[in-house]
Amino acid sequence: MERQSTTPVLELVDLVAGYRLRQGLFGRRRDVHAVAGVSLSVGAGETLCLVGESGCGKSTVARTVLSLLRPSSGEVRFDGADVTGMSRRELRAMRRQVQLVFQDPYASLNPRMTVRELITEAWRIHPGIVERERWDAEVAGLLERVGLNPGHASRYPHQFSGGQRQRICIARALSVRPRLIVCDEAVSALDVSIQAQILALLKRLQEELGVAYLFITHDLGVVRQFADRVAVMHLGTIVETGETERIYESPAHPYTQALLSAAPSVEDWREQESEEILLHGDAPSPLDPPSGCRFHPRCWMTRDRCRTEEPALTDRGTGHPAACHYAGPLVSAHTS
Amino acid sequence: MSALLEVSGLAVAFGGVRAVRGVSFSVDEGQTLAIVGESGSGKSLSSLAVLGLLPAQARVAAGSVRWDGQDLLALEADELRRLRGEELAMIFQDPLSALNPALTVGYQVGEMYRRRRGFGREQAKRQAIEAMTEVGIPDAARRADAYPHEFSGGMRQRVMIAIALALRPRLLIADEPTTALDVTVQAQILRLLRRLQRDGLAMIIISHDLGVVARTAQSVVVMYAGQAVESGTVADVYPAPAHPYTLGLMAASPSARDGGRQVRPIDGYPPDLSSLPGGCTFHPRCPFARERCRTEEPTLRQVAPGRASACHYAEEVLARGAAVDHAGA
Repeated sequence: MERQSTTPVLELVDLVAGYRLRQGLFGRRRDVHAVAGVSLSVGAGETLCLVGESGCGKSTVARTVLSLLRPSSGEVRFDGADVTGMSRRELRAMRRQVQLVFQDPYASLNPRMTVRELITEAWRIHPGIVERERWDAEVAGLLERVGLNPGHASRYPHQFSGGQRQRICIARALSVRPRLIVCDEAVSALDVSIQAQILALLKRLQEELGVAYLFITHDLGVVRQFADRVAVMHLGTIVETGETERIYESPAHPYTQALLSAAPSVEDWREQESEEILLHGDAPSPLDPPSGCRFHPRCWMTRDRCRTEEPALTDRGTGHPAACHYAGPLVSAHTS
Repeated sequence: MSALLEVSGLAVAFGGVRAVRGVSFSVDEGQTLAIVGESGSGKSLSSLAVLGLLPAQARVAAGSVRWDGQDLLALEADELRRLRGEELAMIFQDPLSALNPALTVGYQVGEMYRRRRGFGREQAKRQAIEAMTEVGIPDAARRADAYPHEFSGGMRQRVMIAIALALRPRLLIADEPTTALDVTVQAQILRLLRRLQRDGLAMIIISHDLGVVARTAQSVVVMYAGQAVESGTVADVYPAPAHPYTLGLMAASPSARDGGRQVRPIDGYPPDLSSLPGGCTFHPRCPFARERCRTEEPTLRQVAPGRASACHYAEEVLARGAAVDHAGA
């Protein structure tokens, strides 16, 4: 298959995915669409941050990308090829190109395996990546690359701190030379001084290796630091997307505006009394999404149209796409 | 004039480890103090020691805790228990594990009135509904009959606040109160805490998040490896930290506000409490470290009116911070 340089590494087209739930012991089975029509793309060597609150479907997107969950409809294209129709063999080869780094480095490393065993495991499963006689040298090289002592390859995960363990996870992900790493809240459990180290490491690896990141997080500060582009997710759909600084400087969707105003930042000591945009209540359940615009029950701009007509994700003159009938610059004083 | 709560020289031993080593702070009515630090800094143990709620392996090794003039550490267990709830209260990060899943929320809020005020069931429930309304739980009369799992994370934290404030205590200690919450819900809870503070409540917020502290507290104590390394008002410390660790934390905190600022990590890892480095415990990670820092442990000393730092070169750090002024806004 010919590969064009402009083909994104990852492309999701109208992805719908979710879970089957049974309500009550004898209740009907019903499908819950945690992801309700998501399209996005990640270019080679690029970082796309998928940001949203709990239950917005961002981790379901990750599971679908990793082929851990079969989408109900839509496409997951890797290098232009739709993986949803792939055979097991093809899928296995493809999986090597997409790796995952989780939130919890404690849970994702087998405590009975040494660092060397953890890293070489994938080479055992996918023969042909690294020849056996090169394993020791490769392990040492990988450890060095992620800032760990190459002499510690025979140690076990519990002998490392949380930040060091996350470095082991990153080394393991790199061992199969992936083109895309899905980072699911990969720095959320780390202390801030260590978090900054890991972010710097990921950035350096991207420059050196050209790996792309689909970076899933709830932390709006991390997003601004780390992302080339942002997709803001709310209740299974993307409500706004664009280049990071554009979104942060001129958010066009009311949900993005509320999120950014609510995110506490170091600079906020200057205006402690300034009132952020406060949304009422909690996000609605994906079990029973609201009609029309899914954000309308919490939005301060809701009009009749929002209750019936679902807004499409398009550019309404703000320079980037936003899924709001009335997308536009933030007008002050809609604090509730 | 003495403060409402005055902690001085507090030391806590945890197992064989000196987990908190000589921490002092004070809080006044209507004021919020933040204790900031990363995991293992001793910030939570310090506040648990104040309330006499230390885990079994831990004990207060030194120091005093004066509450409104009396020594809390000298109190009998049942006297302290009476004070908790009546005068001092605490909320935690995870409200779900603090609530009984088998009892209605209204019953659990009402428990304070039944046990401490001798109210009957009906009267306690009426009080509980009032307390729930006060912390912003909508439709409290109906929601009082629901169980904790029927509440969202934000609403559960409101329930915990209602329970903590039921007997109108004068001090609320909040240990990472919004860490488990979504950002839009966090904003709601922080606004509620600010309102309570304006009504005269004294508060201690324990947090790893400098942004949360910036939004809620007037003064701050920064802890590292069991020690207070810096203290002062938020308005003094934030623009120009007087300790290299504070400076490093500020630089490492990613900001949603300021796109121009690049986060800078702090090198190295926090020390193992059972084998602390000699001299200043921060010296292996400190860009300011010199020979003296490897051998001589700095003590927390006044570096400006109302400000203290445990760094030999605090004045130099101060000058650097003021020069950098990572403000922007």
